[in-house]
Amino acid sequence: MPDTRNITLTVNGEPMAAQVETRVHLADFLRQDARLTGTHLGCEHGVCGSCTVIVDGEAVRSCLMLAVQADGKSVTTIEGLADEDGMHPVQRAFQDNHGLQCGFCTPGMVMTLTAYLGENGEPDDRDIREAISGNMCRCTGYQGIVAAGLQAAEELRGGI
Amino acid sequence: MNRYVGAEVLRSEDPRLLTGHGRYIDDIVLPDMVHAVFVRAEYAHARVTAIDAAEARTLPGVHAVLTLAELGEPYAEKLMVQPYPSPAFAQDIRSYPLAKDEVCYVGEPIAVVVADTRHIAEDAADLVEVHYEELPAIVDCRQALEADAPTAHLDTPDNLAGSLAVGFGDVEEAFENAPHVFAEEFLQHRGGAHSMECRGVIARDQPHDEGLTIYSSTQAPYLVRATVARYLEDDESRVRVIAPDVGGGFGPKAGVYPEEIVIPLAARILKRPVKWVEDRREHFIATNQQGDQLWSLEVAAEDDGTIRGVRGHVISDTGAYTSYGLVLAITSLFPLPGPYAIAALDVKLDVVFTNTPTKSPVRGAGRPDAAYAMERMIERVARELELDPAELRARNFVPSDQFPYQPGHKTAQGSPVTYDSGDFHGCLDKVKEIADYDNFKSRQAAARLDGRYLGIGVSAYIEDTGMGPYEGATVRVQPSGKVQIQAGTASQGQGHATVFAQVVADQLGVGIDDVVYQSADTAMFPLGVGTVASRTVVAASTAIFNAADEVRQKAVALAADLLEAAEADLELADGTVFVKGSPTASVGLGELARQLTPFNTQAVPEGFTPGLEATSYNVTKGPPTASGSHIAELEVDIDTGAVTLLKYSVAHDCGRMLNPQLVEGQVLGGVVHGLGNALYERMYYDEVGQPQSTNYGEYFLPLAAEMPPIEIVHLETLSPLNPLGVKGAGEGGTIPAANAVIAAIENALAPFGIVVNDYPVDPQRICELLDQASVPSPAGDPG
Repeated sequence: MPDTRNITLTVNGEPMAAQVETRVHLADFLRQDARLTGTHLGCEHGVCGSCTVIVDGEAVRSCLMLAVQADGKSVTTIEGLADEDGMHPVQRAFQDNHGLQCGFCTPGMVMTLTAYLGENGEPDDRDIREAISGNMCRCTGYQGIVAAGLQAAEELRGGI
Repeated sequence: MNRYVGAEVLRSEDPRLLTGHGRYIDDIVLPDMVHAVFVRAEYAHARVTAIDAAEARTLPGVHAVLTLAELGEPYAEKLMVQPYPSPAFAQDIRSYPLAKDEVCYVGEPIAVVVADTRHIAEDAADLVEVHYEELPAIVDCRQALEADAPTAHLDTPDNLAGSLAVGFGDVEEAFENAPHVFAEEFLQHRGGAHSMECRGVIARDQPHDEGLTIYSSTQAPYLVRATVARYLEDDESRVRVIAPDVGGGFGPKAGVYPEEIVIPLAARILKRPVKWVEDRREHFIATNQQGDQLWSLEVAAEDDGTIRGVRGHVISDTGAYTSYGLVLAITSLFPLPGPYAIAALDVKLDVVFTNTPTKSPVRGAGRPDAAYAMERMIERVARELELDPAELRARNFVPSDQFPYQPGHKTAQGSPVTYDSGDFHGCLDKVKEIADYDNFKSRQAAARLDGRYLGIGVSAYIEDTGMGPYEGATVRVQPSGKVQIQAGTASQGQGHATVFAQVVADQLGVGIDDVVYQSADTAMFPLGVGTVASRTVVAASTAIFNAADEVRQKAVALAADLLEAAEADLELADGTVFVKGSPTASVGLGELARQLTPFNTQAVPEGFTPGLEATSYNVTKGPPTASGSHIAELEVDIDTGAVTLLKYSVAHDCGRMLNPQLVEGQVLGGVVHGLGNALYERMYYDEVGQPQSTNYGEYFLPLAAEMPPIEIVHLETLSPLNPLGVKGAGEGGTIPAANAVIAAIENALAPFGIVVNDYPVDPQRICELLDQASVPSPAGDPG
């Protein structure tokens, strides 16, 4: 029989308890148990960044973290960013700057930039490029994403 | 009149995708669904002597382990069907859906395991024991036609899959008395497509109901329907194919794969929906890639650099099978001679088998290879005759007053190749301007004083966009007043829903938010081709434009009756038809739709057909020719071989831009793909055909931190071939990029007399070239 553990965690502000197989990574747990399919799996070896979520304030590759390691932690996924007032400034900036095409890498990009901008208020073009250098995108050529990051930074500083 | 066409309308697709509410293949869950994992070949070429699945079958949660024999008759003896037939085949060798008794590349599917969960299916797949007898493998296409080369398949005479030729003019004459003749040989390698979403298939069989439903992460749902129906010998009405949100395509997802046959058959056998989602390692070994081409060309030129002719030979790798026809080879050859007006051309191409995954188009298909070949000829002539490479291009471009221009050869379908319109000189002038080309030499000289090596490279191209044969669409006004577009074209991120809504909103005088686009479901619209070859905006927007125009005429005619006004006095705006000058005399489009869809005791208005709708098919009238010029500026570190891209400039002409922001997005993505081809992306195989680059630590995709600022200037030379004047924009960014980068590296290293030629080029190769250079480099000199 598979080895399982009971975990409790917070997902997008909601408490959640589950019995999980110890070998299941956080991304599969979020997608299959929590039914939050906005977190995408692009490589499952920790390079492409599509599966990035925020765990206790830090951007994490959910394919490299086991679900059991999220026990007691607070997880935010792409589904948890928008609120009743609409999309988060990072999400809006992606639309304004054509920072997405197929949308597959997008949740990981958005979560990476959201975590980054939470700690870095005044990035320049180079800083944004470094911040997303662990996230692969095949559609956009990155330029729209960089522009989105700069716009969101300004808005989060209260400049817009 | 046009509120939306030509405007930077934000994408209607985005809010859904940005909030995690996209619906990609792996997000779909069907009742009773079980999960499949494939057992794949571990050798590049081997006989399969036995498959032992006994232990796997006993694992709790496993429903079946199916080999080819267990797919049942007639499939146990049935090869995949050819989606792209061609008279140019010497040997059209397709695979079985699962290997029969021979495997011809590492990754070829041998068996499928189906279990309650993906985890259990993977555990069971590990327990399946395949016994092999290894056979000699041919890995390098350059050796595939040698007399003693191993054959990629047992019982075949050689590795030749097919031959093609393209030519015009008197090539003998062009070379005979030419003042200059130069020969070049270069290997082009384009890696995989690497959509960030891998492939995936879900199938459900309901034999007493609607038949087979297949969800596939595909660019071409109608091609999948046609191919699966042919294979299963079923009616197309019994096969429904749906492409959900697709996380990037870039070519390989327009193929039809064994998994698209096996998963439906597994669902049929198990009487349950079956899901398979490819993982990234499988994508590296089992999804089509583009691979190698060896070009051996000669160019004949006048003293002033005018090109008289080009001739030569190409070896093009098709991998183990021809399951994507000869499309890659055809698109490598027929775009010659690019934007250049030359008198004679004679190039032959042999397609060869190797024991590597099937080769198929990747963004641009063979066009980047063809463009690179012509650009290499220009570079060589410019170098030998000490002419400015941009000036040499201008001397050889087709002049703007000669369109439509026919180089002299025929397409693979037999019609004369025709460039419909363009302004090649205008593009070059514009790109030189934004790249500050004329001042580069002083930047280069200043950097050289600091021991830094800057280089600049120019590249030009054409693209035959809007491939036929047709696309169609229905435009329908609903009683709510909202307009529905239904079409056959599947999107993988290009923004179809936004762009096509722009076209319809302008035609019908409604708001952009009042138009909904539905597609990529073969049950929703009857016929379609696929999203490939920068064709959709050309083929489908014309059909949509024409259908919307018909709806407009019908609305005006009915409104004229109702308002007792002349049609000429009516206008459409804000969702109503109104009499010019008296806006209160109006009727809403929704009301007109209601009148045209009456029930029971009501009548259809006399002289009208039911429904405020029209269906239109656009049979394309030849390919609109997109074009452009690129300039790369970069620095080469002669100590490490590292290349730093400093600036990339693009002049791009795709006719009328329906949405400039989306065109820009296509160009940017395309350029970065081309930069990856030039510098990073290489599939490595060892001498027995084992892939050595099967993850993103070993295969480098371009990343944000390495990409330069990219500046784009647009020209809009309208196409005369369609009412909107549009040309395709999906691949032009990629097509010329490799030469711009390679030429810039050569320019930077010109003091050492270095010619790079082969791509991708990595720092190690640049260091080797510097070590071998005729002029010693100061690298490593402590002084």
